[in-house]
Amino acid sequence: MAKYMILIYGDAEQWDAMTDEQWKAHDGGHAAFTAKAGSRVLDGQQLERAPTATSLRVDALGQIHTTDGPFLETKEGLGGYYLLEAADLDEVLELAKLLPELNYTHSGLEIRPVVDHG
Amino acid sequence: MNDTRDEVVAAVTEAHRRDWAKVLSTTAHLTGDLDLAEECAQDAYAQALEMWGENGIPDRPGAWLTTIARNRARDVLRRESVFRRKMSLVVTDETVQGPEDALNDDRLRLIFTCTHPALSTEAQVALTLRLVCGLSTPEVARAFLVPPATMAARITRAKRKITAARIPYRVPGPDQLEERFTAVLEVVHLIFTTGHTAPLGAHLVRRDLTDSAIRLARMLHLLMPTNAETIALLALLLLISSRQETRMAADGRMALLSEQDRSRWDRQLIAEGQSLLTEALLRRPPTRYALQAAIAALHAEAPSWSDTDWAEIVSIYDVLLRLWPSPVVELNRAVAIGMRDGPGAGLDALTPLLADPALATYGYLSAARADFLRRLENWPQAMTAYEEALTLTDNEIERAFLTDRLTEVARNL
Repeated sequence: MAKYMILIYGDAEQWDAMTDEQWKAHDGGHAAFTAKAGSRVLDGQQLERAPTATSLRVDALGQIHTTDGPFLETKEGLGGYYLLEAADLDEVLELAKLLPELNYTHSGLEIRPVVDHG
Repeated sequence: MNDTRDEVVAAVTEAHRRDWAKVLSTTAHLTGDLDLAEECAQDAYAQALEMWGENGIPDRPGAWLTTIARNRARDVLRRESVFRRKMSLVVTDETVQGPEDALNDDRLRLIFTCTHPALSTEAQVALTLRLVCGLSTPEVARAFLVPPATMAARITRAKRKITAARIPYRVPGPDQLEERFTAVLEVVHLIFTTGHTAPLGAHLVRRDLTDSAIRLARMLHLLMPTNAETIALLALLLLISSRQETRMAADGRMALLSEQDRSRWDRQLIAEGQSLLTEALLRRPPTRYALQAAIAALHAEAPSWSDTDWAEIVSIYDVLLRLWPSPVVELNRAVAIGMRDGPGAGLDALTPLLADPALATYGYLSAARADFLRRLENWPQAMTAYEEALTLTDNEIERAFLTDRLTEVARNL
């Protein structure tokens, strides 16, 4: 078995414009995913919007700078994640296709294998 | 019993051409590690060069090579630490179907891994040529005219992704099979078309690529003999390659279909292509490759360019356009209309395509327009169109052809 992170990306403006009805359907999609994935889901959270983020960087002199906002300023930001356990990439791809972010063209998913130090 | 050195070299070369995919893929199934499998398979071929000279060429070279490669892999696996194996393991298919199942073939597992949609098309093509066709990395690099180091990096990156992301070594399940198999055929088709008119460089046709594509299509046909798309793709590749030898005239200039010496077309390939096409066309609905093969067959059967059944070709393009709309198909259809109804009609059919952004830098559109304008004796516009076509191709033989035409047109100006 291996671990994978599903990173959920999307346009926050479009998420904010969704109606209650649309959110209900959206949450239903996540519930369906979680039900299907079962114990393979190790963790999964929705993140607060990018403007609430705080980023830290260090300059060449070793001085740490704290800045307001996400690390990368992009139109489509990180909105949430799942940490999964699966046998292989195909298993993750099949499950990920159930996620409701794929119902909208402004959002999408990135799947990253987690390094196995074991 | 001693075979001569030449006989041994020829036998090893033939076994490499025919059995490489089988030797590598069965070894990879055992090792779960593509790099190790490659090392062992290469080692087996090196041993064959020595041992076949001493002991004679075995009756079943492929089986001999597979046994040697797998034995070597077992030795290595026994010696090496569990840690190394764990780090580089690809996921193999343990739920092996019965041996009578056509899908239970390691060559198929290998080709599905190489063409996994999580890999870029570039990586899919490179891996397929390297691992399934057995081309060396410098050979793959040469085929795409990139430095060997660049190709080596591309292949290493792709293999690393297979391992790190655990892209499985498996034939997809029934719900995924058709979609994934279509992608496999697309890679084979892409390898062929890249070779058929090399996008740049000094050669019009890259036989290393077209031959590899045909070998892949033959292998897939052998493994999935009733798959209609595979039959049709093989028919298409054979029919097109039947005229490969005549696409260049004796003086090294490019010869268009209209100018080729049809007596030199390979009749054996045409016959095989036609019979496969007949089989493919029995299956409804027709696949994209079957329709393209049908067009290639009409050309192959025609006694000359002008005596080609252009009406039939236009009607096949109509079907193709309805089922698989594409600007390139529209362009070819317009050329066929020009042949059926004259250059003026052809030019009219091309006009709407000029605004298509997908064709904005497509040299064949300019070349087709130039040809119609030349035949209409509209010299100034023909000249502009040939100049445009020249800026859009880096293939030296195509450039020489276009330059000739441009000179001819300029003389009339």
